[in-house]
Amino acid sequence: MTAVIDEARPQRVSLFNDPKVRSLAAQIIFALLVIWLGYEIYHNTSANLAKLNKSVSFGFLWTTAGFDIIQRPIEYTRDSTYFRAILVGFLNTLIVAGVGIFLATIIGFIIGIMRLSSNWVIAKIATGYVELIRNIPLLLQIFFWYAAVLKPLPGPKESVNFFDLAFLSNRGLVTLKFIWGEGSGYIGIAFIVGVVGAFVVGHWAKRRQELTGEQFHSFWAGLGLIIGLPLLTFLMLGGPVTFEYPVFKGFNFVGGFTILPELIALVLALSIYTASFIAEIVRAGIMAVSHGQTEAAHSLGLRSQPTLRLVVIPQALRVIIPPLTSQYLNLTKNSSLAVAIAYPDLVAMGGVVNNQSGRAVEVVLIWMFIYLSLSLVTSAFMNWYNARVRLVER
Amino acid sequence: MTSKLLTVALGLGLSVAAVSAASAGTLDDVKAKGFIQCGSNPSLIGFGFPDDQNNWTGFDVDFCRAVAAAIFNDPTKVKFTPLSAKERFTALQSGEIDLLSRNTTWSMSRDTSLGLKFAGVTYYDGQGFMVKKSLGVNSALNLNGASVCTQTGTTTELNLADYFKANNMTYQVVAFEKNEEVLKAYQDGRCDVYTTDQSGLYAERLKLAAPDDHVILPEIISKEPLGPVVRQGDDAWFNVVKWTYYALVNAEDLGITQKNVDEMKTSTNPEVMRFVGKEGDFGVGIALSNDWAAQIIKHVGNYGEIFERNLGEGTKLKIARGKNALWSKGGLQYAPPIR
Repeated sequence: MTAVIDEARPQRVSLFNDPKVRSLAAQIIFALLVIWLGYEIYHNTSANLAKLNKSVSFGFLWTTAGFDIIQRPIEYTRDSTYFRAILVGFLNTLIVAGVGIFLATIIGFIIGIMRLSSNWVIAKIATGYVELIRNIPLLLQIFFWYAAVLKPLPGPKESVNFFDLAFLSNRGLVTLKFIWGEGSGYIGIAFIVGVVGAFVVGHWAKRRQELTGEQFHSFWAGLGLIIGLPLLTFLMLGGPVTFEYPVFKGFNFVGGFTILPELIALVLALSIYTASFIAEIVRAGIMAVSHGQTEAAHSLGLRSQPTLRLVVIPQALRVIIPPLTSQYLNLTKNSSLAVAIAYPDLVAMGGVVNNQSGRAVEVVLIWMFIYLSLSLVTSAFMNWYNARVRLVER
Repeated sequence: MTSKLLTVALGLGLSVAAVSAASAGTLDDVKAKGFIQCGSNPSLIGFGFPDDQNNWTGFDVDFCRAVAAAIFNDPTKVKFTPLSAKERFTALQSGEIDLLSRNTTWSMSRDTSLGLKFAGVTYYDGQGFMVKKSLGVNSALNLNGASVCTQTGTTTELNLADYFKANNMTYQVVAFEKNEEVLKAYQDGRCDVYTTDQSGLYAERLKLAAPDDHVILPEIISKEPLGPVVRQGDDAWFNVVKWTYYALVNAEDLGITQKNVDEMKTSTNPEVMRFVGKEGDFGVGIALSNDWAAQIIKHVGNYGEIFERNLGEGTKLKIARGKNALWSKGGLQYAPPIR
């Protein structure tokens, strides 16, 4: 008997067949491959650049750019440096991404909730929207909106006049420019105080409700704080703001604040496109909350509106946030398609800088660094938010 | 567009074999693979323009054909890579193309800091402006406040900024990547002005719905010497390209044309004899056959013929020779002798 058991017991396995050794060896080989690849990329790039009499250095960023940019969130002229040109491009990307994310979220939530509506027409409209928009390539949509924005609009001379306050033409929407006078900083401070105050009131109202069950309309109080405080400060300071009116002169409007048609087209395309994905995410999130929750809320006497707001959405958010983050990242990266319609974003400006300075490797490195940082910051924020809305187990 | 640039930049790092082979000697490389990879403009009538059967025509395109004729005695041994202004230098630096012949302006920074060499000036050009006649503008100095459409990544963009600054005028620049996008935006009224090299303006005006409604302003605001470009540090290839251009000009100088080149082979004029390879071993120095120059003329014609065929009075462009006439006729086209 014992002899039989001994035979069945595995012999000392050879090193070649030892799973521990094998997995370790595989990992070492893989790590070596990665290191070798990294070295090859570095070595070949520098060797090939040396052959062309070039080297990688970022000193060129401080030479004069020599070209102009149509949309400048910060002071920029042809005498500015390449660095500043790239910075302008970066800020323009932030503008598109920020406005785009804001609009895409709103449209996406509306469409997502519409798709779940019990009203047949509304639900089908939302379905049609999602299926149509998400199945057409984004670049085509950008071209479509650019043509749709540009073609029907008249030239600047015949622009559509909105009470002399704003003018819409194929040069964009030109409107009043606010020129903040002395003491305007206090209005900003009042705004921040208002926001903080709104949070405090909200927090207090929630605690009070938890303790006493009494409700307090913190929404209106918060809104009053956020809008009222700066408004009050503004009036107390005697309205330190003047307006610069756009005036038509020669070819174009002079003065005022211009929103470029390229920006309008790009924001429309990006937010409408991304909203179709967000709508599906919202629908999935809401459907992930079991129907029993709604029924339970209804039987407690909550009507549909508060049920959605207080019971369904907070639970749905847990499902929604992670894929929503991906959509935000997608939108930010897709904004690089701006280059197709002459919107001066980071990629467009980097491209010009590359072309005028011949620093391809450096520019690509800058692009990669900035997009990576943008994405990491966005996901860090969304992860933080996700942690906040996570199910708190009591 | 951008993805191409990225690929190229990554390729610059990754493709060790391709790149180092290319810089070992483009001429040997080209001979080995049997064709020239030539970077050209895909949308500029008269300079580089493929028809619907992908037959490329144009002044810059014919220059590539001339180089092919010199090497292979066959002008069809060229493959064309359509390039935008933004992509062109990276494509050449990375070895994706052997020769860039795409209405490219020779400037100091491009010649000295991009790792590239200009092989000559095949076309003397200058930057101009085009506006709608209905605007009633007759000088570029009246363009204060205008919106200007142009192509990004060009010297045009820089000259424009210089010109408006020098004349204390303001403007808005709308810079697109491809010239068809620029033209479309101009046509849709996004801009008041279209600016590029003057030859380009004449070519683009033909594509507009009503070319006669647009006027090209008289001012030329820059020097734009356009020419073929090769990689720096590859002298054998540089010589072949450079002397192909010189051969084209010398042929016109000597009166050698596509029609009479075969008769000229029996000429007793020593200059002509050297050109067609009956006297001396001039092909040896550039590692080609001795009748390399005659091959060029036989297949693509001399400089004047190429000009007339693509840009001259017989074409829709109707561009006069002007500065591009031979030096002996008051122009700037001049070539060192073959001797």
